[in-house]
Amino acid sequence: MDDFLAARSQMALSLGFHIIFSCIGMVMPFFMAVAHYKWLRGGDETYRNLTKAWSKGVAIFFAVGAVSGTVLSFELGLLWPKFMEHAGPIFGMPFSLEGTAFFIEAIALGFFLYGWGRFHPWFHWFTGVVVGVSGLASGILVVAANAWMNSPSGFDYVNGQYLNVDPVRAMFNDAWLSQALHMTLAAFAATGFAVAGVHALMVLKRRNIHFHFRAFQIAAVFGTVAAVLQPLSGDFSAKDVARRQPAKLAAMEAHFHTEKSAALVLGGLPNEKEQRVDYAIKIPGALSFLAHGNFEQEVTGLDRIPVADRPPVTVPHLAFQLMVGLGMFMMGLALLYFWALWRRPHWLRADWLLKLFVAAIPAGFIAVEAGWTVTEVGRQPWILYGIMRTRDAVTPMPGIAYSFYLFTAVYLSLSLVVIFLLYRQIKMVPELYDRPALVGAA
Amino acid sequence: MQYVVIIYLCLAIWLYLLLGGADFGAGIMELFTRSKNRSAARQTMSHAIGPIWEANHMWLIIAVVILFVGFPRIYGVMSVSLHIPLVVMLLGIIARGTAFVFRHYDAVKDRMQMLYNRIFALSSAVTPFFLGVIAASVLAGYVNPAATDFLTAYVWSWLHWFAVAVGAFTVALCGFLASVYSIGETHNEADKRYFIRKTRTMTIITFLAGALVFVAAGFEGIPLGPWIFGNWVGSSAVGLATLSLGGLFYAVSRGHTVLPRLLAGFQVTMILLAIGYRHFPDFVVLRHGSNLSLLRDQAPAATMQALGWALLLGSIFILPALYYLYYSFQHEAEEVAEGTTIAAVRK
Repeated sequence: MDDFLAARSQMALSLGFHIIFSCIGMVMPFFMAVAHYKWLRGGDETYRNLTKAWSKGVAIFFAVGAVSGTVLSFELGLLWPKFMEHAGPIFGMPFSLEGTAFFIEAIALGFFLYGWGRFHPWFHWFTGVVVGVSGLASGILVVAANAWMNSPSGFDYVNGQYLNVDPVRAMFNDAWLSQALHMTLAAFAATGFAVAGVHALMVLKRRNIHFHFRAFQIAAVFGTVAAVLQPLSGDFSAKDVARRQPAKLAAMEAHFHTEKSAALVLGGLPNEKEQRVDYAIKIPGALSFLAHGNFEQEVTGLDRIPVADRPPVTVPHLAFQLMVGLGMFMMGLALLYFWALWRRPHWLRADWLLKLFVAAIPAGFIAVEAGWTVTEVGRQPWILYGIMRTRDAVTPMPGIAYSFYLFTAVYLSLSLVVIFLLYRQIKMVPELYDRPALVGAA
Repeated sequence: MQYVVIIYLCLAIWLYLLLGGADFGAGIMELFTRSKNRSAARQTMSHAIGPIWEANHMWLIIAVVILFVGFPRIYGVMSVSLHIPLVVMLLGIIARGTAFVFRHYDAVKDRMQMLYNRIFALSSAVTPFFLGVIAASVLAGYVNPAATDFLTAYVWSWLHWFAVAVGAFTVALCGFLASVYSIGETHNEADKRYFIRKTRTMTIITFLAGALVFVAAGFEGIPLGPWIFGNWVGSSAVGLATLSLGGLFYAVSRGHTVLPRLLAGFQVTMILLAIGYRHFPDFVVLRHGSNLSLLRDQAPAATMQALGWALLLGSIFILPALYYLYYSFQHEAEEVAEGTTIAAVRK
């Protein structure tokens, strides 16, 4: 494996690993806060048990998210030192604010996890909300930093020099809003569906139905609302990408030739050599409409992009199709769920609906990974769009392949242990939370 | 504003060494505790660091962010030349952080606990050792960004006796901090006496490791003596640290819990000051050419301005919250401790 590819793979692996834990770490606190609120208001002990059970999950995910995030803050330099030397001062603003948000999250989590029975109940509840809000803030800030790589601003690039640096303008670059919105909704949808699905599975297995059904309801509401809103934000993002990064749009849509009333390519296998897409369904004019809001307008194809600046097509295109497909599936399930809530309450306890939610457990997270693949691979060959090439940013140190193998092994075993721990947590629900007499005494 | 940023960088490094150091020390003590005492030690430590351990490690992230935003060239050179020890340190951080949480949150307490404990204790020693190696390499003058062959550029930059000695010294220092800290966290006389003994041993080990650092520096031709004793700040810092050791032993034997912590913190602060004073504003000493300086190798002024404000703004939120976190759980621990002692006396 050559060092450049190894460095890219290691970065992709580290980000792909971290994103799952940070999504869960920033969304679960809100589920927890709702359950906690219901316990404090209504006094139903199931909700207290649920809050405690979820808080253990949050603790595990937060810790793994925190260490993998620490690793990333070093890896930026370990793998891309030349990028960081120039970029650090420009896009550092969101990172320095993120440091604060993350710090507050850690403090609030300390209060929350160890605060049972020590503080005023509503202060304790409030610390849980702070965990969620600051987690969300750090997520948005990190996405703003990534958005700057897609839409560099806040400096003048003159003869290879980065002049007139303005870190605040760099933070509020053109891409930050669409990316932050899309990622926030994605985190809620992915986590909501995954958590709802796990509890739906337990209900189907007829284990502690009371407990798991309440858990399912809270997670499902968050997940479904986000899943319905997500296509709107997706449309906003697509129009934004069409305007700022025509090469990325062309790659993800496998749009090789510039044309008016461009067709939307559904599925298919891009043939990059021959510049065509095999086995695809084409909807005439639809791409023009989605990218620019009317059926006639010209959409820039890859033929307008200099060969040296073209991103790969196959990976972003397939990843994009996967993301959109899963998004549609989740939106459909969400609409079905709303219909059931509104008109068909007996569906809510029907096995087939629960089974659909079980099927959707991984959907959101696969979509998140696919979406980031589109963003990152679609930006290639640039690390800083239009300014610095990824190849020019990589560390001069040879042997990165070994480091990649090492981190692969570490992240793989960590994933296995986390799954093992969650399995044990869920398996222990009856013993830990299902003895009302004992729970009352504790 | 540049001085605000520099002060925060020093603050983050200082607090990470003190708080994160005590935290590492908890695991190090587990590693060097005989098995019959191990579970008592483990419980004390787990109780002591549970609520605050995540927060203690945030200081490292703050320091790294300050480096890459405010001093990108320093961050860049360190990332390239010290790639290998940085990776080992990161693996230590991953292993330690996850093992700590896993052992706490594994719903079933079975033989897996032994594995978590083993990983936690080992990585608690490996991580600060490599932090020490990195700190030593920054000062030793073997970092050579112009080198072209692999060994000179990526291995000899950090693999030398001085770095090994400083690594060992850092591990000892963490153990020392943790043992002093634990005295106040115990709930009965036997445990308390145990940690007092531990503190004495750790002090001696730290002192010896410190002496070893000087020997290694001499061996490598690093003028550590003149650096520290060549100016009045360095010599008086070391002098005060040594003198306060007497105070520490006295306070410990009189059963104080807060005073020894302050004195131990003071000693670590003096060690940092003695090293840092001579070097400021230099941060990385290079093999050839001019050193990387905190005053010269800065980000553009607009960035330093923004970073300074971000840090000041952040502290308004962080410091009171952090203080209240320590206060709440410290207060709690003391109440429990007093409660048990009184109960024991009544029996």
